[in-house]
Amino acid sequence: MMMPMRKDSFLYRVYDLYADGFRSMRLGRTLWAIILIKLFLIFVVLKLFFFPNFLKTHAAGDEAGYVATELTDRAAPD
Amino acid sequence: MINNLFLNIDAGTIDWSRAQFALTAIYHWLFVPLTLGLAVIMGLAETYYYRTKDEFWKTAAKFWQKLFGVNFAMGVATGIILEFEFGTNWSNYSWFVGDIFGAPLAVEGIVAFFMESTFVAVMFFGWKKVSPGFHLASTWLTGLGATISAWWILVANAWMQYPVGCEFNPDTMRNEMVSFADVALSPFAVGKFCHTVTSAWIIGAVFCVGVCCWYLMKKRDTKLAIESMKIGAWVGLVGALLAGMTGHKSAQDVAAVQPMKLAAMEALYNGGTDVGLTAVAWVNPFAQPDYANEESAPLKIEVPYALSFMATNDIHGFVPGINDILNGYTTPDGKVELPIDEKIERGKKAIEALAAYREAKFNSSDDGSTAAAHLKVLQENMPYFGYGYIKDKNDIVPFIPVNFWSFRIMVGLGCLFILFFAVILAGVYKFPKALWKKRSIESLPAWHYWVAIALIPLGYIASESGWLVAEFGRQPWTIQDMLPTWAAVSDLNAGSVALTFFLFLFLFTLMLAVEINILLKQIKKGPEIES
Repeated sequence: MMMPMRKDSFLYRVYDLYADGFRSMRLGRTLWAIILIKLFLIFVVLKLFFFPNFLKTHAAGDEAGYVATELTDRAAPD
Repeated sequence: MINNLFLNIDAGTIDWSRAQFALTAIYHWLFVPLTLGLAVIMGLAETYYYRTKDEFWKTAAKFWQKLFGVNFAMGVATGIILEFEFGTNWSNYSWFVGDIFGAPLAVEGIVAFFMESTFVAVMFFGWKKVSPGFHLASTWLTGLGATISAWWILVANAWMQYPVGCEFNPDTMRNEMVSFADVALSPFAVGKFCHTVTSAWIIGAVFCVGVCCWYLMKKRDTKLAIESMKIGAWVGLVGALLAGMTGHKSAQDVAAVQPMKLAAMEALYNGGTDVGLTAVAWVNPFAQPDYANEESAPLKIEVPYALSFMATNDIHGFVPGINDILNGYTTPDGKVELPIDEKIERGKKAIEALAAYREAKFNSSDDGSTAAAHLKVLQENMPYFGYGYIKDKNDIVPFIPVNFWSFRIMVGLGCLFILFFAVILAGVYKFPKALWKKRSIESLPAWHYWVAIALIPLGYIASESGWLVAEFGRQPWTIQDMLPTWAAVSDLNAGSVALTFFLFLFLFTLMLAVEINILLKQIKKGPEIES
C-alpha cells in the first residue's frame, strides 16, 4: 500500500507549487499555448524538414576527412 | 564584391546563409535585452515591496513581472534556431570550432533550463507559497539566470572575434580547447558581456518609462507610473553611463585584436598618432568609399585626439587605418604587422601544409617524418590560416558605410538616452524646483509623453546597431583570421536557404505581431489590484 505524501514534505510543496500555479493561470495559458506551438514548429517542423545535420548526410561517417577536403579545395587558387 | 570572393561555392548560398543568420539573430535580440532589462526593473520593484511591505509595490512588481513573462515566453527557444543553422548552413565552421563553441552553449542550455525553469515558477506561482525573502531571491535569480545565459552566449561570440584557449588539431580538423578559463574569461568576452548587459538595461528602462508615460497621458495608474518611472530612469541612467564606460573598454579590445573593424567604424583610411574621433563625415551609405585613394572621408568634423584615447587610453596613441592594415605597419613600440599580401601567402602555405600533412598521414606509407615536416609548416603559419582563402587583399575590408553609420547611430542614441533619463529624473524629483513650480510630470502636454513612447523603438535600433557594428565589422571572418564565410558555409543549394529565410521572416513577423498584441493588451489592462 502506498503511503500518502505528507503535505509538509518538500516534494509535496514543490508539486503543489507547480500544480496550483498551472491550475490558476490565466494569461499563462495563452503564453504556454504559444510556447508549445513554437516548440513544435522549431523542433518538429524546422529541425526535421529544413535543418538536417549537413555533415551527417554528406560525410558518410568521416566528418574530419570531408571538412579537410572542403577546406583545402576552397583555398584561393594562384 | 562578394562574387569575386567565391571560388566554387554558389554566391547565393553565402549571402542567403548570412542573411538568414542575421535575421534570426536580430529577431532573437528583440527579446533578450527586454528580458535582461525588465529583470532589473521587476527585481527593484519587489525589493521595495520586501523592504516597505507596502502592497502598492507588490502590485507594481507583479505588473512588471507580467510584462516580463510575456516577453520571456515569446523569446524562449528562438535562439535554438541559430544552433540549427550552424549544423546545416555552416557545417564546416561547426566542425572546425569543435568543442570550444559547444561547451559554452551546453553550459548555457543547462543553466538556463534549471535556473530559469525553477525560479520563474517560484516567481509567478509562489507569491502565497514561499516566504517573501525566498520569493524576492527567486525574482532576482530569474534575472540572474537570464544574465548568466547571456554570458555564455557572449563567450561563444567573443571567441569567434578573438579565438583564444584553443589549438588546431589537423587529425580531427577541429580546434580543441586547451584552456577553458581562457575561453570563458577572455577579455573580449568580459568587455562584450558588460557592454551588452548594460545596454540591455537601457532597453528595459526605455520600455518601462515609455509604458509609464502612456499611463500618464491617459491619466490612469498615476502612482504606479511615477514610482516605476523613478526606477526605470535610474536603471536607464546607470545603464547608459555604464554602457558608455564599457563601450570604451570594448573599443580598446577591438583596437587590439580587430583593428580593421575599428578603422571601418571610423572610416579611417590612413592612421597615425594623435588621431581624432570622427563626429560626422560624409560616407555614402550605399557604396564602399575609395579608401585607397582618398586621404579621409569628406566633410569630416572630428574630436581631436579622441580616437587615439578611445583605442589606446593615450591621446597620442597609434591607430592604424585601413591602408596601414592592408599594406602593413609598425607600431611606435616596434610591433610589426605584416602586409595582407604576406599574410595571404602564409595562409596558403598553411592550407597546403594541412593537405600535405593529411595525405602523408592517412594516405601514404610515410614513416612519420614527412607528416612531421608538413605539420611544422602548418603550425608556423596557422595564425594566418584564414588568409589563404583571400583572393584580393581588399576582400578583408568590411563594408565601411554600415559600420560607420551603425556606430554613430548607437553612440548618438546612447548619448540621447543619458539626456532623456536625466530629464525624466529631473521631472519625477521636481529638480530644479523653480522649473517645476507650476507644472508636474503627470500633467505635461501629451507630446512629451509621445516623445518618451517613441524612444522605445529607438532603444532597439541602438542595440541592434551595436550588433551590426560587431558583426559587420568582422567580415569576412566567421572566426577572426581563421575562417572566412565562404570557407565556413555548407555546400547547399541557395534556393533552399532562401526558402527557409522567407519562412522565418513570415514566422518571426507573425510571432512578433502576436507578442506586441499581447503586451499592448496587458499594458492597457494595467496592474491588477488584489482584493
